Amino acid sequence: MWGVKIGVLALQGDFREHKLMLQGLGVEVVEVRKPQHLREVAGLIVPGGESTTIGKLAKEYDLDKAVRRRVEEGSLAVWGTCAGAIWLAKEIIGYPDQLKAGILDISIHRNAFGRQVESFEEDLEVKGLDRPFHAVFIRAPVIQKTGPGLEVLAKKGGQVVFVRQGKILASSFHPELTGDPRLHSMFLGLCD
Amino acid sequence: MEKGTLRVKMGFAEMFKGGVIMDVTNAEQARIAEEAGACAVMALERVPADIRVQGGVARMSDPKVIKEIIKTVSIPVMAKARIGHFVEAQVLEALGVDFIDESEVLTPADEEHHIDKHAFKVPFVCGARELGEALRRIGEGASMIRTKGEAGTGNVVEAVRHARAVLRGIRKIQSLREDELMTEAKELKAPYELVRYIHQNGKLPVVNFAAGGVATPADAALMMHLGLDGVFVGSGIFKSGDPKKRAKAIVRAVTHYNDPEILAEVSEDLGEPMVGINLDFLPEEEKLAKRGW
Repeated sequence: MWGVKIGVLALQGDFREHKLMLQGLGVEVVEVRKPQHLREVAGLIVPGGESTTIGKLAKEYDLDKAVRRRVEEGSLAVWGTCAGAIWLAKEIIGYPDQLKAGILDISIHRNAFGRQVESFEEDLEVKGLDRPFHAVFIRAPVIQKTGPGLEVLAKKGGQVVFVRQGKILASSFHPELTGDPRLHSMFLGLCD
Repeated sequence: MEKGTLRVKMGFAEMFKGGVIMDVTNAEQARIAEEAGACAVMALERVPADIRVQGGVARMSDPKVIKEIIKTVSIPVMAKARIGHFVEAQVLEALGVDFIDESEVLTPADEEHHIDKHAFKVPFVCGARELGEALRRIGEGASMIRTKGEAGTGNVVEAVRHARAVLRGIRKIQSLREDELMTEAKELKAPYELVRYIHQNGKLPVVNFAAGGVATPADAALMMHLGLDGVFVGSGIFKSGDPKKRAKAIVRAVTHYNDPEILAEVSEDLGEPMVGINLDFLPEEEKLAKRGW
């Protein structure tokens, strides 16, 4: 139906859930562990997981550089969810040395709602959707500062939790855990 | 806004997949684990290998140590409570621990009953030797299952046995007719609804990790190949000759378990592994996996 291949960064985290969502939409999915796996994909999803772990593993085989290069060329759409959003950010507040791709003009605050006992689920108004999206926030980050040209797509209690800049999306929550494919479809719309 | 729901608890466990959770006994070890790429640390008083040697009652860690670990690392912090000791679990929840392991590695506090895990906002992981045990723990509210293995031995054979038993049990249920499921639930001593879930979905409703005896990168990769979602490493790291290097190697082995060339590269020159115990010579009464039911 979509005619493009999409990569899911499969270093650590819930990449399988993203893969299943995409396959449910009829998309061919590639698990990306090394730079060569990026070759044929038009889009890349960076899943939830532990952002420090993903950052380290991505650096080892220069996957971070490969993603940066493709984004600079304008040939890759990228969507980061939770840990993935942290990995995309240009600034991780309080953790200047944490390894990241640094391709999205945001400052992100890790674990902004607190530890796991503060994790929650809630219906969220999302720009571009006609009905609320049920969002799961797990030790979730919030996006504190956004650069020019960034579009805010959702807020939770005044705090930014979903943004878009060109072909890049970043969400604090986990659309791969709720079975609602609308945001995955939105992302596929950015992949060509 | 709803906190502590099953979806939030089980969803959190999904985030550990493809990762390594490392046992640590103090803040310094926790820092080494985080630096090596652990996706979480497990705080405990003594690693299983030391519990074996020293004996005595093994309990929840000192809250002071847990607080120091929480302050030191930014990754999730898990901690162990004794089987059935729901007050230790309440204390750990109050400390802000992210996940509780109701663990046979500690001395059980109740020989008949496990903790009612539905009563907590914090999620739980529990050990299992076969499918029925896994489903009983999930029935009590566990959000994550791990093999029991035989902790503190550096011998992966029991973890392999438990992983295969759980996965074989799942395949068996898939092959049954619907009208055979109740009898299977009776034989497994497992909740019927969970047996039905497995019949329909071909997997546990929660994440399933390996634990107990993992000591090398190849051990970790073996468990991933068998179909588990990630790995706990207990004594295997901080009882080895070069914990930093070994920890990093095991993290890479879990991500690249399907790539023997990378496994060869990361397995090289890791120094002394922890000294293992051949289970043929371990007296039955010293086997930790027999704790809990």
